[in-house]
Amino acid sequence: MNSFHSARRDFLQLLGGTAGAAWLTAQWPAVVSAAQHAHDAAKGKQPATFEVLTPDQARELDAITACIIPTNETPGAREAGVVFFIDRALKTFASEDLLRYRQGLADFQKLTADAFPGVTSFSAASAEQQQKILTDLYAKVDLNKGVPRRGVPSGTSDFLQTLHFDTVFGFLVDPEGGGNRDFVGWKLIGRDPAHSFSPPFGFYDKDYPGWQPAPGETEKK
Amino acid sequence: MSQATVTYKPSDEVDFVIIGSGAAGGVLAKELSTNGFRVVVLEQGAYLAENDFTHDETKIFAQSLLTNKTNTHPVTFRKTPQDQAKKQNCVLYGSCVGGSSVHFTANFWRLHEIDFKEHSKVGDIPGATFADWPITYADLEPYYTKVEWEIGVSGLAGASPFDPPRSKPYPMPPLPVKGSGVLFERATRKLGYHPFPAPMAILSQPRPGRGACMNCGFCLGFGCEVGAKSTSLSTVIRMAEKTGRCEIRPNCYVHRIETDKNGRAIGAVYFDAQRNTHLQRAKAVILSANGAETPRLLLLSASNQFPAGLANSSGYVGKNLMPNSSAIAFGVFDEPLNDYKGFAVSRVMHDFYELDPKLGIHGGGGLDARFDFTPVTLALNGLPPGTPKWGAGFKQALAHNFTRTMEIFCHGTSLPVESNSFSLDPDVKDAWGLPALRMTFRDHPNDLKLSNWMKDRAMEILDAAGANTKWHAPIQEQQFAVHLLGTCRMGNDPKTSVINSDHRTHDVPNLFLCDGSSLVTSGRGQPTMTIQALAYRASDRITALAKRGDLST
Repeated sequence: MNSFHSARRDFLQLLGGTAGAAWLTAQWPAVVSAAQHAHDAAKGKQPATFEVLTPDQARELDAITACIIPTNETPGAREAGVVFFIDRALKTFASEDLLRYRQGLADFQKLTADAFPGVTSFSAASAEQQQKILTDLYAKVDLNKGVPRRGVPSGTSDFLQTLHFDTVFGFLVDPEGGGNRDFVGWKLIGRDPAHSFSPPFGFYDKDYPGWQPAPGETEKK
Repeated sequence: MSQATVTYKPSDEVDFVIIGSGAAGGVLAKELSTNGFRVVVLEQGAYLAENDFTHDETKIFAQSLLTNKTNTHPVTFRKTPQDQAKKQNCVLYGSCVGGSSVHFTANFWRLHEIDFKEHSKVGDIPGATFADWPITYADLEPYYTKVEWEIGVSGLAGASPFDPPRSKPYPMPPLPVKGSGVLFERATRKLGYHPFPAPMAILSQPRPGRGACMNCGFCLGFGCEVGAKSTSLSTVIRMAEKTGRCEIRPNCYVHRIETDKNGRAIGAVYFDAQRNTHLQRAKAVILSANGAETPRLLLLSASNQFPAGLANSSGYVGKNLMPNSSAIAFGVFDEPLNDYKGFAVSRVMHDFYELDPKLGIHGGGGLDARFDFTPVTLALNGLPPGTPKWGAGFKQALAHNFTRTMEIFCHGTSLPVESNSFSLDPDVKDAWGLPALRMTFRDHPNDLKLSNWMKDRAMEILDAAGANTKWHAPIQEQQFAVHLLGTCRMGNDPKTSVINSDHRTHDVPNLFLCDGSSLVTSGRGQPTMTIQALAYRASDRITALAKRGDLST
């Protein structure tokens, strides 16, 4: 178990706890550092080719991540540059994960070929076939509860868990740090990129009349 | 950057060396240097300032600039003393000048009168090492007020009918209400409860050199770019430096308190950034390294004279860890709250602070209305059960829920249990070859019962608020602590406590401890206010002892 993957599992474990969601962000170190590289790339340092992924691997990743957060009437993982985010992660802080990605992508191809003879890669599969493969794989992963209480996730399911998180990070991480190109993730979820705000903030506080003690409220209990 | 006007050599025997610059260490540094003493503060982390605080999560989190670094300072966890501990990121604390106050939520509740004398009222509780404090709320009240006025706490005195007595109002009005606060306020009133504006250590009005909160939304977990968050860094550390008698020395990993043949502390031994070892000499030593690292440092300082660890004749160093019990309920509403804007919490209620004994649950809790997700954490763990985990449905849920979600966070009692502790791991070492911090923890059954009960109330409130969808985090045994309380508790009896009410260790006359470890009971969460009030009080007590020559004999 390498450090990056360990950190991600710890992160997951915290997410499943009651410590408070924002505390959990402090467990991000490895994941978000990929964002810095993506950010640098967005500023013009983007290489013409992927740094560690082969064209085949990049094509497979693109197909998978585009299923996880698809492009429909709004941009998805593809437009946010998620594959590039992952490529830079594997080149830098998460280089220890490179073997897992290589094996995981190979497993995806084998899984696809086993399920659909004659189809040699996930990216070559039809949309229906891709849906079937991912549906089966996701059914084996309990993302909400994070890591299994006993044992370590292994094989393709483990890889999918890793890939799912990397996809979410690449799509939604603060663009100031990279990823989430052109704020496509934040635009989708309604996160205004402004740096400061004034109340009212939303629907429920816009007509708030100001603090009024309830009748008898100042009475000492 | 440091604004220090004085530097000392390690060989200079200063009056006080303080280990840790967080909530307590910062206050002690300010007070003692203001009172004329020469002070060195040794901080494990870096000296960062407002210019270093951005919304760039890569800088904050990728490099763990603000928090403990488990790659070099590993932590292990086990549930019981019979278990083998394994590496696990189970403890989170600040590691920079200002400590955890730099990244905290800034919820600033006072303890109530009952927290100091609960044992006398309810008696022993099986499985708990329950005790009264050697001081009362009345002893601490002037210091709570001092915290509020000196560092800047916003709030509304008298708004909660459950508040303990106070000698002055808050120095500034509450922060604005958020959508979560409005929904919470209306719902809780409908149910007959008494919500009130949250007391927060965040400025609602500017102060010299510090801006009022600009509601940027990067609050919990982040350092404040405008100094609105009333951290030790933005307040007392700067006041200490301005005295010209206090040096804040960052990047110093203290790993031993040195003692002489008479059993007196002579200073703190630390590694600098280049891993060179130094001994900072001092007439007296104060540990404010937090409830995990203070006991670890005492245990690391074992010697022939103190074989069980320094100041540990009671055997209580590191024991009785109380991280506070908790529960979280989530609600999604029809219209956007946009609760990602602003600080975390705007409304609180304390109706459950002291539960009816007929419920069969000891203690109580406070509930707050908040939103503390980022886009990523909401996507990973903030969506309702049953939401598609991928694909168009997942994307649609993200689009709908991020602006419409709020949380009710329940904070409650942790009972002290002797086996719940911080100790030295016998197998795992840190990057310097020293024993790693080991956490042993299993919730007292009462605390899980309390969490479950509070969770039910939070779900009722979400119902009354009109939540379209609601759910809660599972109530389960905790394996993660940020409130590091009770591990070197205060008391009159040297057999069952580590420090006396002056924060002086029972065993070493010129060694003082003041941080979360000093607490005797857990309160109902939000301990920083109390830690700072204790630090102001400890400063007065230590100053009095020093001025009458009691530290030099």
